[in-house]
Amino acid sequence: MRSAIIAEYVFNGAMLGLMYALVAVGFSLFFGVLNVIKFSHGDVLTLGAFSGLVVYYGLTGIGLDVPWLLAICMIIGSCLVVGFVGAVIAQGFVAPMREAPPVNILLMTLMIGAVIREGIRLFYPNGANPKAFPTFLPTSSVNFGFAQFRLDSIIIFVFGIVVIVGTSWLITRTRLGLAIRAVAQDSETAQILGINFRYVVLATFAFGSVLAGIAGIMHGSYYSEVNFGIGLLLGVIGFSAAILGGLGNIYGAIIGGFLFAALQTVWVVMFPSASGYKDVFAFAFIIVAMTLRPTGLIAERRSERV
Amino acid sequence: MTKFKIKSLALALLAVTFTGAVALAKDTVKIVFIGPMSGGNASNGVGGNNSAQLAVNLRNADPKSKYKYELVTLDDECKPNIGIQVATRAATDKSIIAGVTHYCSAVAINTVDVYHKFGLPVVVWGAILPEITYGNKFKEIHRVNGTMYDENETSAQFLAGLGYKRWVAIYDTTDYGKGLLKIFSERVTKAGGQIIGSFGVGADQQDFTAELLKVKELKPQVIFFAGLTPLGVRVRAQMDRLNVDAQFQGVSGIMSQSYLEALGPVAEGTLAFHNGAPFESLPGGKMFVAEYSKAKYKDPAEPYGPYAFVAASLIMDAIEKVGPNRNAVRAELNKTKDKDSIVGKISFDDHRQHSVVATKYVAQDGKWVRWEDSEYASGKRKLKGLTGN
Repeated sequence: MRSAIIAEYVFNGAMLGLMYALVAVGFSLFFGVLNVIKFSHGDVLTLGAFSGLVVYYGLTGIGLDVPWLLAICMIIGSCLVVGFVGAVIAQGFVAPMREAPPVNILLMTLMIGAVIREGIRLFYPNGANPKAFPTFLPTSSVNFGFAQFRLDSIIIFVFGIVVIVGTSWLITRTRLGLAIRAVAQDSETAQILGINFRYVVLATFAFGSVLAGIAGIMHGSYYSEVNFGIGLLLGVIGFSAAILGGLGNIYGAIIGGFLFAALQTVWVVMFPSASGYKDVFAFAFIIVAMTLRPTGLIAERRSERV
Repeated sequence: MTKFKIKSLALALLAVTFTGAVALAKDTVKIVFIGPMSGGNASNGVGGNNSAQLAVNLRNADPKSKYKYELVTLDDECKPNIGIQVATRAATDKSIIAGVTHYCSAVAINTVDVYHKFGLPVVVWGAILPEITYGNKFKEIHRVNGTMYDENETSAQFLAGLGYKRWVAIYDTTDYGKGLLKIFSERVTKAGGQIIGSFGVGADQQDFTAELLKVKELKPQVIFFAGLTPLGVRVRAQMDRLNVDAQFQGVSGIMSQSYLEALGPVAEGTLAFHNGAPFESLPGGKMFVAEYSKAKYKDPAEPYGPYAFVAASLIMDAIEKVGPNRNAVRAELNKTKDKDSIVGKISFDDHRQHSVVATKYVAQDGKWVRWEDSEYASGKRKLKGLTGN
């Protein structure tokens, strides 16, 4: 029984870490290519989840009721919306302010996030209330001997791992990834060598936002509920995870995401009566870690950007 | 007829017309409604506002009414800092004579000083933290919807009576959640139960898996949740995900339509205790339901709607009697005793608190059903956590 509970702690902590990592990777990508911190990223995640909901209700409204097809359509629809929004934010707001003081971009993206969040609250029907997220995956239990997990949880987890591995592959094994890494290392030299800087920036922002959208769909599917405020804390945690791992490095962001989730889980396991302080503990850890290793766990001098 | 006589007649006619017009034109008196009109608790705020507006509309349609009433609506967003801002705005506006105020306890407790300082008499319509009335001697603060004492007394007695012994509490760390936990712990211990673990959670927290796995280890029969709808939805949904097999017991803060809609079938069997009784069981419930549906409001009144209606009616009754003067209205409200209303007779004690008997509810087939009328009470359906005790 004890081993079953430990396995559940590990699994659920890892699931949480996966979502944090997906958000953190976005922060790292944006910082890597443009040296900017896009604080609307958490709200883009919320937009992803709600876009998925709109697609779901649209398709079920016209009579489509094939679960796997609905799931695929929701993911594609959500990715298209947030990818487009990410590119628009980059092209319309961030890129023109590239030479402005960093605090201006930070404030602007913070305000864009507020607009997205409030837009969902005001324009989605009864957007202020929590919304049920459709269950389209099988909910039967799978027995591993030492523990039981719901099949939909396992599918969501495996899907998240595939997205993380796919992101790593895209960054390290494709021409787009090479271009992103080149721009992240030295944008001027990359442009001299013929890399289309504008295209790389737009693609990076779209891709980072797509990751947030996927995290939004995963969040909705796993917790069976979404609300207009889910991106607020997830954005702050994702940013903290990126800082913890080393801002600008996607592997650092992934490690930071899992570490943050582990810190929260360990705190609750060790001090259940003080569970309300789990975020205080995790953020305090980040502060100490930043003091000891200002460039993050994977220090920039030893790592390649992005 | 002489020229003089014609002039006199014309003047007399003018005078009669003028005084008649003055007699017909009623002075406008403003009262304020404050509640969460946005955010996760907006459904309750909107329901309360509609109900208070209904009371105002009905009064304005009454030819015997001496004044024309105007309801000014302000949004406290269920946030204490915003609540203080809007309370100050209302209290410093001398044209506002009284207020129907607050659904969220965390907001209401932080605004009582404002109303006292500026002398604005208010009637609380939804918040249930006892300290709002019992924690001060402010003559401006009245409440019609009972307190946590009423709600927790009923819930502890009822569940202990069903045979439950072991509880785990998950509470939000605001004054509301902490207050509920404190009172429920006292009441349930007296009733023979035991709280074997308690978990404080943030009001904006999204993930509860670590807390719920710890709960799973403790194997309680009941999870007592002390918080509002958005948090309650998340906790209940994640209980289902982690297969935490315990009875879910909520408080009045989760008793909204949005809780049922957001959870769907997962909400089934949730228990909640509310100082508001089903509309049809209230003395004036039929009239309220009929008028509310006639007004064609888009959103439901929610369980505390009738209390907002009563709060607005009490204020307008007082204004009718003593005129639109804050001090006089306050004194008149203070004297309220055995006053008929749609929720029954209203009497304020020495802390201007009206006590109620809480009603037991269970979520059944997507509706909040009074326990006595439910299939759980008849034995057709079973609550969790009672088998094998």
